[in-house]
Amino acid sequence: MLLILVLATFLLLELASGDAVDAYLVSSGGGDANLVAQMRQHYGLDQSVLARLWIYLAALAHLDLGWSLAFDRPVGALIAERLPNTLMLMGAALALSFGLGSLLGVAAGARPGSLTDRLLSVGSLALYAIPGFWLGLVLVLFFAVDLRWLPGSGIETIASGKTGLARAADIARHLVLPVAALGFIYLALFLRVMRSAMAEVWRLDFVTFAQAKGLSRRRIVWRHVARNALLPLVTMLGLQAAAMLGGSVVIESVFAIPGFGRLASEAVAGRDGPLLAGIILVSAVMVIAINLAVDLLYAWLDPRIGAGHAS
Amino acid sequence: MAVLTVSRRLLLQGTAALAGLAALGLRAHAAGGGRLVVAADSEPKNLNPAIVASNGVFFVASKVIEPLAEASYTGENGLAPRLALSWEGSSDGLSVTFHLRPGVTWHDGKPFTSADVAFSALQVWKPLQNLGRTIFADLTAVDTPDPLTAVFRFSQPTPIQLIRNALPAVTAVLPRHLYEGTDIATNPANVQLVGTGPYKFAEYKPGQYYRLTRNDAYWDTGKPALEEIVFRVLPDRAGAGAALEADEIQLAAFSAVPLADLARIAKVPGIKVIPEGYEGLTYQLVVEINHRRKELADLKVRQAIAHAIDRTYVVDTIFLGYATASTGPVPKNASEFYTADVETYPFDVARANALLDEAGYARGANGVRFSLKLLPAPYFNETRQFGDYLKQALAAIGIDAQLVNNDAAAHIKAVYTDHAFDLAVAPPVFRGDPAISTTILVKSGLPAGVPFSNQGGFVSAEIDAVIAQAARTVDTGARTQLYKTFQKLVAADLPLINVAEWGFITVARDTVENVASNPRWAVSNWSDTALKG
Repeated sequence: MLLILVLATFLLLELASGDAVDAYLVSSGGGDANLVAQMRQHYGLDQSVLARLWIYLAALAHLDLGWSLAFDRPVGALIAERLPNTLMLMGAALALSFGLGSLLGVAAGARPGSLTDRLLSVGSLALYAIPGFWLGLVLVLFFAVDLRWLPGSGIETIASGKTGLARAADIARHLVLPVAALGFIYLALFLRVMRSAMAEVWRLDFVTFAQAKGLSRRRIVWRHVARNALLPLVTMLGLQAAAMLGGSVVIESVFAIPGFGRLASEAVAGRDGPLLAGIILVSAVMVIAINLAVDLLYAWLDPRIGAGHAS
Repeated sequence: MAVLTVSRRLLLQGTAALAGLAALGLRAHAAGGGRLVVAADSEPKNLNPAIVASNGVFFVASKVIEPLAEASYTGENGLAPRLALSWEGSSDGLSVTFHLRPGVTWHDGKPFTSADVAFSALQVWKPLQNLGRTIFADLTAVDTPDPLTAVFRFSQPTPIQLIRNALPAVTAVLPRHLYEGTDIATNPANVQLVGTGPYKFAEYKPGQYYRLTRNDAYWDTGKPALEEIVFRVLPDRAGAGAALEADEIQLAAFSAVPLADLARIAKVPGIKVIPEGYEGLTYQLVVEINHRRKELADLKVRQAIAHAIDRTYVVDTIFLGYATASTGPVPKNASEFYTADVETYPFDVARANALLDEAGYARGANGVRFSLKLLPAPYFNETRQFGDYLKQALAAIGIDAQLVNNDAAAHIKAVYTDHAFDLAVAPPVFRGDPAISTTILVKSGLPAGVPFSNQGGFVSAEIDAVIAQAARTVDTGARTQLYKTFQKLVAADLPLINVAEWGFITVARDTVENVASNPRWAVSNWSDTALKG
């Protein structure tokens, strides 16, 4: 499975015209034919795709992610440097969109068709329709340029010398706007899934029974409807984690955060096969891990699923 | 007793620290002090300006590693001395003598001598540098009779005019003691730069910033004015303007703030727009032509295309006035070489149509004479926009241009290796002398794969002869005359069509002083740049 991914990455990049040396020449301001040939040889680009792929796979078997052509550094080090930023950004954005989205979803789904429901539905759709980079820029213009409350770019203050908690607080301040920009877009999805799942649960017999029993509405909403509507939401969580990795490319560029998404776009522009393959491998492992966690979460939320497996 | 000792030590330390702080404060005050944060849009993987002579590298590296001379508005021959104080060429063109600046030390404290210059020239500029490989091709030896004299020996006559004009871009001097005996291309000092410049390289945080700090032992006493320069990586162009407004950065050079935003940002209080300081780095908007296409091999067709382009519209609408219409391959601000006495192609659609009719390409039933593949270079907004404009301008004369939009790597390969284009839009740079990176755009005999060169299959024995003769003409007056002839021939023959030439725009907070103090300001050492208040 992972092997197929690596193969596909290499071949796709091969299909794109131009190689890492072409990409490099753009910024180098020219050179002569011998210099270009020397560079191709230096990076092994004079060899065939298969030969390069073989070298890559052989190194990968030793858990060596190879050498980045665009950055002239080991791929493993590059990824280790950028991944934490993206994990922070994605984790916080996912928590925001899942948390707030499901809460608002409950508010909307508690009384389907009510004014609250309609306002939330329209509002969330509008938010969902906004492109991420635009939302990011508007947030920057408002909170960083006009009000100057929050920093509009970067992951932390430059050479601030801060350590420990002070540094964590500094990073958190820098993450507020990007997390909002990334999280608010996905918030709508969670809201709508929660709302429609609740609408479905309302129609089920056990809800009618609970109402007949004379339980308070609040108790029915939280305990019976919302809880049972949570399952599809968790499914979404797994799926959106992967989608958010894509969304972070744009947000990381707008907010100048040195993250994984930006690294991926730089790898493509630089025709950097080993780096792109490394990024895709690590992303795949991450998505697999998240979905594994989601599966475990299912079993915890709905004991019937675990029991079904056991029998 | 023990308690007393400790407290005394503490007291002493405290006093020392206070004194230190006071001294720091004083110095910072005297020098203006402060940290200048600048937008950077790219992170070159090799930051060594002696190996990679490109503006992206110079932007950061020029503050750390210095050339022998820098461009100047007022200096003799347009130069101001840096590591060399003076230079003279022999009349036979076989040697150039540099007298070096005394009392210069490297950032690690070692003295700078002629041995460093000899090493850089022979081991780096000549064999490794993208531009130096051509300019120093005939360099055979560098004699160092004393630590402050370097004599360059050439096997063929090499014009002093060329060497002089090339000094700012190709002569960044490296410390021999850190490079000798190592693999120069992979030396760690290519990232952790060590030079003689006004700023030392402090740290590089990939994806975030480069930080340079004041070199207290700089040879130009009293400089630099700033304590620190931080180059902040801002990949998103819309972000640079916002960061300036928020005062997160104080300066954005190389048009990091897009032209379309300039009118608005110029009105923001506390921000200034500065179009000067790029006269020595003129970019040229050029239509590259593939002469292998039968239609384009016909001079009349090329003339028709030249007449179909409304240069005034290009300058006013695409460049919003921040450009000049071109007449030929040498830009107007290169006054040493420029001549206006060349064939010109005023905007005239009727004449263009007539030329195409004469050439025998009548309009078909659908009004189209023939189709072309047009590849605009994707590096700048303006090259892409000009591609869109050119498609329309060609439609008006019955040429159907199919736009092919590639990313940078694919574009370079398509045009300069595969020749898979009919017309391309390119932004070559004029670097102070036609022989550095301009004649290569028209001369023949280059193998496929040389970027930013004549890959359109154009061959003119006459132009090649003039280029070859100029390369060996030592007399400055005669050489200049040859390049005037060169301009005439290129304008008449149209191996490519020069449309416009432009410099970039700097946007800075009002607090930044001495911006644009020389014609290559963005890529010079910024030793006089200061922050007010």
